[in-house]
Parts: sequence; structure tokens; C-alpha cells
Amino acid sequence: MTRKQAGLRPVEPVAGNGILSRRLFLERALVAGTAVSMGTGIREASAEPLAVQPWMRTPGSGFAGYGQPSSFEGKVARFIPPSPNPATQGVGPARTPLHLLDGIITPSGLHFERSHSGIPDIDPDQHQLVIHGLVQRPLVFTVDALHRYPMESRIAFIECAGNSQALNAPKPLPLGMAAIHGLVSCAEWTGVRLSTLLDEAGVDRSARWVIAEGGDSASMSRSIPLAKALDDTLVCLYQNGERVRPSNGYPIRLLVPGYEGNLNVKWLRRLELTAAPAMSKDETSRYTILLNDEKAWQFVFPMEVKSLVTRPAPGLKLQGAGFYEISGLAWSGHGSIRKVEVSADGGKSWAPAVLQNPVLSKAPVRFRAPWQWDGGPAVLQSRATDDKGNVQPTRAAFAAERGLRGIFHYNAIASWGINENGEAANVYA
Amino acid sequence: MSTLKSLAVVAALLFSLPVLAQTPRFGQPISPADIAPWNISIRPDGAGLPPGRGTATQGESVYAAKCQACHGEKGAGKPNDALVGGIGTLGPGKVPVRTVGSYWPYATTLFDYVRRAMPFQAPKSLTADEVYAVSAYILSLNDIIGPDDILDAQSLPKVRMPNRDGFIPFPRNPK
Repeated sequence: MTRKQAGLRPVEPVAGNGILSRRLFLERALVAGTAVSMGTGIREASAEPLAVQPWMRTPGSGFAGYGQPSSFEGKVARFIPPSPNPATQGVGPARTPLHLLDGIITPSGLHFERSHSGIPDIDPDQHQLVIHGLVQRPLVFTVDALHRYPMESRIAFIECAGNSQALNAPKPLPLGMAAIHGLVSCAEWTGVRLSTLLDEAGVDRSARWVIAEGGDSASMSRSIPLAKALDDTLVCLYQNGERVRPSNGYPIRLLVPGYEGNLNVKWLRRLELTAAPAMSKDETSRYTILLNDEKAWQFVFPMEVKSLVTRPAPGLKLQGAGFYEISGLAWSGHGSIRKVEVSADGGKSWAPAVLQNPVLSKAPVRFRAPWQWDGGPAVLQSRATDDKGNVQPTRAAFAAERGLRGIFHYNAIASWGINENGEAANVYA
Repeated sequence: MSTLKSLAVVAALLFSLPVLAQTPRFGQPISPADIAPWNISIRPDGAGLPPGRGTATQGESVYAAKCQACHGEKGAGKPNDALVGGIGTLGPGKVPVRTVGSYWPYATTLFDYVRRAMPFQAPKSLTADEVYAVSAYILSLNDIIGPDDILDAQSLPKVRMPNRDGFIPFPRNPK
């Protein structure tokens, strides 16, 4: 083929190491243009004759009451690190395999979970939610009663405050996508505005906080500012159209949009209005950020602007030089994503990625950028900016502000190093 | 005005009259006494602490029986969290060891957490005296109180934890 063939034209990179213009996607000129310019990515040899497969000759199976993924997709599963103590099963996380998914919605069975005392098996007919403390009328709600209120749905991310904490380590650890970054997921959540229930109870003027407590055996509890509880917090009954999964809080959980995952209390059983926070274990000994000096930030609510390249990623080996799409997720607990840039040279040069609709507040956006891999070493990064002007920091800038002893709320730019074999690994750049 | 016309006017008036607001109200009133079995939060000022008392000496046997298998001898940790030590490790350049003794700002949180969540296999099974006693034992191992100091609803909130002033607000919370 030559460059002069009809419809084909050269495409030059817009950033180092082969990042191409996102306009390739917008103009739908992609494959033809890149193939000619860079000379690879299209197989020249003819394909084999088409085969008539067994499933084309035999009728398929019958229907299932509740459908399951293809039997060929068994590897798409959450990553569950071994518990340090076999006697305390159900303490710790199950991590979403973000590199094996696309779009923005996490299938409910793959939504990450972080539990403190296992997953309770709650009978919804026995479950109750009580609202008390600084209210005019203490009230108790059955799950059936909650179903009678007007509901609303929103697509929202939930990110554990401990997500990506492996990147605090002084040297890059040989871990993959789920093990490092798998504590963020997204669902369409449907439920009752917490403000509706609080209005019914009649909030006392002196109330400033809401202590939310779960019905799990650890009775996990957190204090939420009353202003947030009255703003956009939801008491959720549905997750991606079906009832909330047990591992995500069945029969009811809180959604506190944009705020750290631990506040989105699962198996919600009690809301107590108070003048001051409870200072519970999970807002003092955990989920506080020890800084470079002796002080620690406490009540760190928003998950700040962040993005990840989910493909390429460790475990997804590139099959030779040529065209690849760099794809990933970006989100901000402060609002919506305005811009994502990608780099293939470790942040020396950047080019804007396409943001795929929908772009929603406090929800992940899927970004995509075309990349022509030349077969040599590369370092892939993404950098998000939100609509409040917050820019995802470099690891160095992140560490300069708070040090690397804080564990929680790691949101610095992450890097995948690509070697000559096309393998991706966690690196610092 | 024709009858038809006046009927129409009357109908329009009827439909434009406000309906008495049918705000959904499906919560059932409940008395504080009936909430009490679930009302377990303990505040830093001691609000919520139950009657009862205990000392570290009494708590040592509770700890050995109910806690040591996960938290190690004398709270040293392994396989689960260490509860003792690390005081003085939070400063610049150090590897922080975060335990009840070195990091937790309030002793009331220790009582609250043990009562609601521990022991792992049977949370909420300890008596109030046992929770006071085992809390005293952990505080004593950290040299925050003495082995025979009595912990109860009056004395527990007065215990001053080493890292009481270690926390500051996050500067970028939404207003």
C-alpha cells in the first residue's frame, strides 16, 4: 500500500512516543490513517477460510432465571487478597478487575467491597432503620416503608479511601490493576433522599452531624456532616436496577456521592443526629492521613480528582507494535471531569483524550486516546482535571504536600511501564 | 352566562383548588427506651457510657481469653493489629507505628469499638465490666493508666491519650 491510496493520509503523533490525535476518533479516520503513517497494525496476509462451528449446527441451551456471564469469562473475577488471619474471614477487600472491564458501570457482582466483619445475611422483613438523637420525632422505618417513598437514581462512583495505597511504597511493587487500584467501582444507585426521611423526623436546630451505623456484626459507624446528609445523600435500595447486593449493603446502604467509601455505610440500621462527631474507630484510628509532621488530617471527605489507564495494563500483553487504544477512567469527588490528558513518555509530553459521554458529576468518565506503539519502552500515564480546576498531581507533588505515610486518599498520577515484550508493570515516573 | 359556561368555571375552580399535601410519612414513632438496645455510640465526653467498672488487673484475664489469639500476647499484634507501642513514632522521617497507644485520640473510642465489634467471633457478648476492664488493660499496657486505676463512666473520658492533639482539619472539604 502507498500513502497515495484513496482515503488514506499520514497521521503524525501529537505527543511523544506515539500518542495520536483524539480527532482520529472524532473524524472516524482512524485505522486507515494510522496504518499508513506508521506502517504497522494491519495484517497483510489473507485470513483462513471461515469455519462452521459446532454451535452453528446444534441448538443452544434453554433459559436461566438469572443470567450468568459466558463460561469463557471465568477469569473476570474480583481479586481477593489472602486474609492475614483465617479466623477473621470477611475482613478486608475484594477488588474490581478494572483492566477486564469497559464503559463506566461496574457489574454488581464485580463491584469492589470492603468489609470489617464479613457479609451479613439480612432478612429484609426483619431489617429496620432508626432515626433518632437531635430530632423532634424519633422514627423507625421498615424496608417496605422505605419502598413507598419517591425515589431517584444516580450514577456514582464509590472509592475506598485506601485505594491505590500500594503507590505510597518507596519502590514500585510488582502488583497489577486490581491489586493496586481495584477499590473503585461505579453503579447506578436508586433510593430515597436521606433529606426526605430527616425532614419527616424533624431535625433539631442544634444538630450538625449524622452518625451512620451498619447492621453488620462490627456495627461499623461513621459521622457524616449534616449538610451533606441533607444535600445529595441517598438511602439506596437498588444497584444497577436490582436490589443492592449483600456485599454492598443489602437491604439498604448509604450513598454519599463523591465522599470516601467508608462513609457509604452498608447494611444501614441507625442514623443518630448529634452536635459533634462520634469519633468512632474508623474516623480516628483509620481513614485519617498522617502528614510529614506529626499531625494527621481528620475527616477527609472528598475522593479527589484521579484517573487510571485501565488498558493497556499488567496482564494484558501487547501483541506487537502497532495501533492500540489507551483507555481508562477518571473521576472527582469535587464534581465532574473536564479534561483528561494521556502521555506515553512518562509525563514529558501530553495530549488530550476523548471523554466519552456521559460525563456526570461524582461519576467516572471513560476516556480514550489512540496510540501507535513503536515496540520500544514506553510509560503510560493519564492526568485528570475536574470542573473546579483541580488537577491530578504528580507523585512528587502529592508527596511534597502530605508525605507518603498517610496511606489513604492516594490520587497521584499512576504509571504503567511497557517493555519491549509488550508487558505492562507498575513503575514510578 | 350560560349554564354550560358556569359549569365550566366551577369545574376549573375545583381542579385548581390545592389538594391537601400528601407528603409521604411512613416512619413509625419509637420511644428512646425502645431504641436503647441499638443506641451504642459512646462520645468523647463520655455520653453513652454504661454503668460498670474495671481495672487492668481484672482485664488481663479477659484479654487472655478473648483477645490474645488475634492481637498477640500483651497486645503486641499478629496475626491482627498491634494494640500497644509506637508512642513517639509519628514524627517526621519515622516509620509510624499506629496503635491504640500511639495514635488513637480518645479512650472512649476504645470502649466503643470493643463493645460494638469485639471479640470478632462474638461481638456485643462482653459485659460492661469486662469492656471497662479490658480497655483498662490495653491502656495500662501502653503506660497511659496504672494497673489498678479504675475505669468507669466518670474516669474513662478523663483519660488523656498521647495523640489527643494530633489531628487537624482537611483543607479541601466542600464548604
